[in-house]
Amino acid sequence: MIYNIPYLVVVGLILIGLFAVMFKRNLIKIVIGVTLIESGVNLFLITLGFRKDGVAPIFTGLPEGVNYPADMALPVPQALTLTSIVIGVAVLALMLSMIIHLYRHHNTLDVSKIRRLKE
Amino acid sequence: MSDAGMSKIVRTIASVSFPFVLIYGLYIIAHGHLTPGGGFQGGAVVASGCAMILIAYGSSWILTKTKEHHISLLEHAGALGFIGLAFLGLLLGGVFFANFIIGEPILFGSAPALGSTLADINTGGVLPLMNFAVGLKVIAGLFSIILVMAYASGHKEGIQ
Amino acid sequence: MSKQFSYRMILGAVFFTIVAVFFIFSALMMHSFGIPAESAMDDAIITGAQEETGANNAVTSVVFDFRGFDTLGEATILFTAVAGVLVLFRRLKK
Repeated sequence: MIYNIPYLVVVGLILIGLFAVMFKRNLIKIVIGVTLIESGVNLFLITLGFRKDGVAPIFTGLPEGVNYPADMALPVPQALTLTSIVIGVAVLALMLSMIIHLYRHHNTLDVSKIRRLKE
Repeated sequence: MSDAGMSKIVRTIASVSFPFVLIYGLYIIAHGHLTPGGGFQGGAVVASGCAMILIAYGSSWILTKTKEHHISLLEHAGALGFIGLAFLGLLLGGVFFANFIIGEPILFGSAPALGSTLADINTGGVLPLMNFAVGLKVIAGLFSIILVMAYASGHKEGIQ
Repeated sequence: MSKQFSYRMILGAVFFTIVAVFFIFSALMMHSFGIPAESAMDDAIITGAQEETGANNAVTSVVFDFRGFDTLGEATILFTAVAGVLVLFRRLKK
């Protein structure tokens, strides 16, 4: 069980983010929770591609005595994590723009009050 | 609020350290096929440097120097360059995204030796050109998002 | 902060506990950290990266050459995000 500590850290990050999305009322705290869930998923993608005693899959300045497909980390999960980080940035930019508009219209940042002023 | 700029000391230090951040980011973009890095990572570094200049000088002063649709033109150039290289691979190589430069005796055309080598910037095929296109797109896109949001949170109406 | 103690809170707490137990059980049943399950495709990519694409960096050759179509989708997402933010902050002409 001690060899699965990275997966438990990923579960901890996702659960903290889920708690912030479900039980908090400030809009900024909900957005921080969504960002935490996305960080947890990125960490999970990277830790799937590790090999024991591995080096980075780059041929420039490789140290001596490394045989190459058997001792390098896998490159494909790192490439997919890059795409996922950019998607997170795009979603965060759109969410913050909508929060600025909501604040200008209702003059409050509390989610339960915004629901009640619907008319 | 956010469009007044900061004091003289902050403006001077930001102006002095901006070229170093620019060179660091462009180095990461240009050597993407040899060392860790590439278009997206270097573009994020240069966009952070531009955001530092925006905070130090205020968004109103920056908008008297450049307009927002000039920065959008840079982003369109980056996106069209990326798609154009993909279609050139279809024309000259047979498949979409084919690497049509490797093997030819022009710039970026030779193949490196197998195994552990020293860094030779003349290798890489179509990869350094794609790195430059994506880096330009990321720089212009992130800077335009930050500029519009900084202006709109200080003024009541929009930007254009 | 004072929140009222309604049945919605109890329902939320029950579902949160079910999701937490499910995640912790599946984290304990994963394979060991450091021994990947299948690595045949990545071995073929590492051995073929230097002579097929000419790059010393295997990750960049995967992002732009072996899987370039995903990078095209990611560039489209960046363009959509910038267009969405610029549309939301446009001044309406009187």
